[in-house]
Amino acid sequence: MGVLFEARGLIKRYGHVEALGGADFTLNEGEVVALIGDNGAGKSTLVKCMSGVESPDEGELLLRGTPITMASPSDARKHGIETVYQDLALAPELGPAENTYIGRELLKPGLMGKLGVLDKKTMRAKAAEAFTSMGTDVKDLDAPVSALSGGQKQSVAICRAVMWASGIVFMDEPTAALGVRQTRNVLKLIRRVAETGVSVVLISHNMTEVLEVADRIEVLRLGKRVARYDAADSNVEQLVGAMTGALDTGDIK
Amino acid sequence: MTATVTPARRVRSKLFGATAFYLLGVIVAMAIVFSIIRPDAFPTFANSRNILTDVSILLVIAVGTTYVMVAAGFDLSVGSVLVFAGVMGAKVMAATGGEGWTTVVIGLVVALISGVVWGVFNGVCITVFKVPALITTLGSMGAALGIARLITNGNDIRTVPLSMIKFSVAEFLGLPWIVWIAAVVAVVGGVVLHVTRFGRRTYVIGSNDEAARRGGVNVNAHLIKLYALSGLCAGFAGFLSLVRFSTTTITGHSTDALQVITGVVLGGTSLFGGIGTVAGTVVGMFVSAVLNNGLIVIDVEPFWQEVAIGFILIVAVYIDQRRRRRRSRA
Repeated sequence: MGVLFEARGLIKRYGHVEALGGADFTLNEGEVVALIGDNGAGKSTLVKCMSGVESPDEGELLLRGTPITMASPSDARKHGIETVYQDLALAPELGPAENTYIGRELLKPGLMGKLGVLDKKTMRAKAAEAFTSMGTDVKDLDAPVSALSGGQKQSVAICRAVMWASGIVFMDEPTAALGVRQTRNVLKLIRRVAETGVSVVLISHNMTEVLEVADRIEVLRLGKRVARYDAADSNVEQLVGAMTGALDTGDIK
Repeated sequence: MTATVTPARRVRSKLFGATAFYLLGVIVAMAIVFSIIRPDAFPTFANSRNILTDVSILLVIAVGTTYVMVAAGFDLSVGSVLVFAGVMGAKVMAATGGEGWTTVVIGLVVALISGVVWGVFNGVCITVFKVPALITTLGSMGAALGIARLITNGNDIRTVPLSMIKFSVAEFLGLPWIVWIAAVVAVVGGVVLHVTRFGRRTYVIGSNDEAARRGGVNVNAHLIKLYALSGLCAGFAGFLSLVRFSTTTITGHSTDALQVITGVVLGGTSLFGGIGTVAGTVVGMFVSAVLNNGLIVIDVEPFWQEVAIGFILIVAVYIDQRRRRRRSRA
């Protein structure tokens, strides 16, 4: 399992505020990494820098060892990096299949495609296939997304990201708005995503959830990475200690 | 939440949306009532032809308005753009001279360009300068009509090429050509909205413009195209109006936008975007057309139609709001 993606010494300033003060981040192939930190630790800024929403002022991003720059989320997508936003960015009036193809609609082959005619059948079939293979309970492809449950909406957004990601999916608080049972399903879904070989970066506040689903955990405090753990041999106290600075941790280069 | 949705129902709901389907019933009911009151005058072929001819020009505008409203936009300027385009077309045709088809085609092109220019102006103000659509198009509604009046000193232009006058009375299968042209515009507009990527993105933007943006859609460019399309339709309608009346009818279009928006909303297009079909719009437009015609046939003061349309718009929006609230609660 080699290193897939790496951020080195990222610095991002907003005016006088330094949101990231030389933050590092490492992601291996096919793993789930949780990125945790207290409010204002720079989690969102770090993810924005790594998903093309913002450009870091200093530092570099390496994808499979090659330095890359991303000026926009579209650039990130070209590198196979997808993001599941906290607000999901779904079109509520459209169906689940239609939502997975926003901005990337398939056109029919030949003349019809040149005229801009959609290949609805293929899109529907492929979306249905993704929903099934990911084991989601999204079954009614005709219902608008607004009629789905919170967990199903989340599933649609995650499946969309996985369908298009060739390497990395960032997920911003994917279970924040969900009930217990739906949270279970989404966590299962995240594991399945990793099994397909796509690496997942999970931002979360929920420590038990993090310990359950992640392979590794990276802790951010005051704009810097302060600790890295294997989920198997860490506990909630350790994580909270690292987040708040109550605990000084080793294992960091 | 089960797979009990039959293909037939899916097609039907895709085509009309539930609201417009019941609206068909309303139209039939109105037709029956008017037919009972005036069996000699309402249910005749000549009268049906009148209704179709009346609805044609507004329907062409309504197709463009449907696109704009599906994308959660708004265009009040269509009536004035219609007049402006008609005036420009008539002026250029008069300046070109001649009674032949070349002159007519030049007039048509000028009318279409005039419409598109206003549409692009609206679109740029709304997307680039972030002026709300309501205000932008209210402003261009006033400005377009004002310029049309400046050009003509407020007097209608009544000189149109002879071939255009001949065309206005020519028929195909018993109906004026204007009716067929409007039908083609509606069919093409409906198909493009339903099956193309352009149409799909129109729905996405209306439903959640941020989702479109994050999906890599250039939302501003798309919206400008939609307002340009609305202007194009209004410009084309201006030319058709010129064909039908052989004059520019400067003062006759102050309520066009109201009538069109009423028809579009009645037809199931949501004011909040993301929902709507051209087929629904066609049905919606026929509600006011049948009502208008029927009231005239049974000798009710035609002003009542304006009263009715105004209230119908309010009721239609009320229904739309309630549907939306119910959904967001779910």
